[in-house]
Amino acid sequence: MNSLILSAATRILVGLMLLFSVYMLIRGHNEPGGGFIGGLLATIGIVLYAISHGVAAAREALRLDPLSIAMGGLGMALFAGIMAVFFNDAFFSGQWAFPFAEGDDKGFPISTVLLFDIGVYLVVVGAVLSIVLGLEEEV
Amino acid sequence: MSWLLALPIIVPFVTAIFVFLLRKKGAAGRWLSVLGCSVLLIAAGSLMAATWRDGVVAAQMGGWPAPFGITLVADLLSAVMVLITAITGLAVAVFAIADIDARRESLGYHALFQILLAGVCGAFLTGDIFNLYVWFEVMLIASFGLLVLGGDKAQMDGGIKYVTLNLVSTVMFLTGIALLYGLTGTLNMADLHGAVQQVENQGLLSVVAVIFMIAFGVKAAVFPLFFWLPASYHTPPVAVSAVFAGLLTKVGVYALIRTFTLIFNHDIAYTHNILLAVAALTMITGVLGAAAQNEFRKILSFHIVSQIGYMILGLALYTPLALVGAVFYLVHHIIVKANLFLVSGVAKRLTGSFELSAIGGLYKSSPLLAVLFLIPAFSLAGFPPLSGFWAKFLLVKASLEIEAYLIAAVALVVGLLTIFSMTKIWAEVFWKPHPEEISPELSMIDGRTRLALLLPVFALAALTVTIGLFPEPFVMFAERSAGQLLDPAVYVQAVLGVTR
Repeated sequence: MNSLILSAATRILVGLMLLFSVYMLIRGHNEPGGGFIGGLLATIGIVLYAISHGVAAAREALRLDPLSIAMGGLGMALFAGIMAVFFNDAFFSGQWAFPFAEGDDKGFPISTVLLFDIGVYLVVVGAVLSIVLGLEEEV
Repeated sequence: MSWLLALPIIVPFVTAIFVFLLRKKGAAGRWLSVLGCSVLLIAAGSLMAATWRDGVVAAQMGGWPAPFGITLVADLLSAVMVLITAITGLAVAVFAIADIDARRESLGYHALFQILLAGVCGAFLTGDIFNLYVWFEVMLIASFGLLVLGGDKAQMDGGIKYVTLNLVSTVMFLTGIALLYGLTGTLNMADLHGAVQQVENQGLLSVVAVIFMIAFGVKAAVFPLFFWLPASYHTPPVAVSAVFAGLLTKVGVYALIRTFTLIFNHDIAYTHNILLAVAALTMITGVLGAAAQNEFRKILSFHIVSQIGYMILGLALYTPLALVGAVFYLVHHIIVKANLFLVSGVAKRLTGSFELSAIGGLYKSSPLLAVLFLIPAFSLAGFPPLSGFWAKFLLVKASLEIEAYLIAAVALVVGLLTIFSMTKIWAEVFWKPHPEEISPELSMIDGRTRLALLLPVFALAALTVTIGLFPEPFVMFAERSAGQLLDPAVYVQAVLGVTR
């Protein structure tokens, strides 16, 4: 679409949306949000870019094929689930590590749950983008 | 136990990731897909052994106790469906080596195929009705991808019809889930079994039951909701339509059997009588529709519809023997139907078309293929001593036992009409000479491709004959499985009784 207003606005909006999507992803750990909604937000940003600058430019900006992103995400999510086998837990049991923990302070907790959520985020981004960009190109 | 239940879902997903990475590498991806299916077969076999030993096995993913967490549960019906999924998957994966072109491979055929298998296994193993919905979605996305992959115009046309009607069904399903949750406050199927009995408004429960019936009815392609199936199944490559024909509608049948034995058995006179009428009409319309067709795969597609009627019949009669028949029929049908589609693929390879008028002469030039067609075709029609005979025999006997003479007569007449369609294919494809006077011989295909095409057909035909000649262990298995379906207490105990 040839609109100066849209393309100028997009330049700012895309960055904000991507940033907000990451915020949503991380916030989802304890509050409403998470990988799915974060992934959708990121997708909206990239689709906006595709509308204003063209699908080819959007694909270039992504650098990776959307389906590869989705598959990478699927791999991460599965890996997060399979991690439980090393700790003799049921499939998909969350595994936690607490580096820098001292006494009551939990330090910097990291978990396979977050890895799973990032996987979901990537699956949603990749899958939705491959559909939307595919449809945009048809026309 | 948890891993045993999760493996049939994990294995295809992991395979999907790796074959996707190898999608432009040709042979490596194909063989990895076959390897993945073999591992799936081993996993399904061990699950089968465990359920045979322990009855119903259940596990809570992530360690959250039921009814709050994600439950995976396998009774004998689930286990056998997973096993048969693995068998069909392996057969089709081998067939795909020769059938899928490099372009479709580079677009990710094998990855979508594995995701489809994961979705099917997930639907069979989940113990939670919302998760069943999620697995239906996984299946829908993967199958839509497979349908339109490499899309020519006919494929897009079939794909749109397929996805639209299936989306309608999915929305119905979701609505039903929401209403059911509103009524009972739980989505765990074992928990629902007890919870629905305490619902005050039993009339509303019947409404919800009918919504579920419609949603699964579209998936299973029963009368009058079947029309998307013959409109789409003949368009994609054979390695796609064979796995669709074998597995996808049967997931709908499985969901019907599961929900209408475990959850909605509060008013059998109402719900199961609807199912009975639907079963009879499905059988008749399917077989009549097939009689009007003149394209190999379209005839077979209409026969899927007609055969679905038999399985629903087993559920609708709701006697122990009828459920034995339904379980037996499910297993027999998946093998036979997938095989017939594979045979149609080989015939197309040799003669150049699926149109009956444009092909012929296979009996004279490729008698081996003729025999390989006759086995599943006669089994489908119910000839002794093949597997279809026992499946039909059990169902007709079950109807006679409760003096449902009309439905028994319908089942027999439909069997007769099935022979008519199979004879039509036989006469047109195999018996009459090829209109362009070529003699399509199997030796026209080079050795390795021929092996990849015929090995799965041969294996599935051998399975059909085995079930036909030694039905006793299979009937015994179906009896135990039907016993579990009629007495959900064991299932409920297994799900709600375990802590992790």
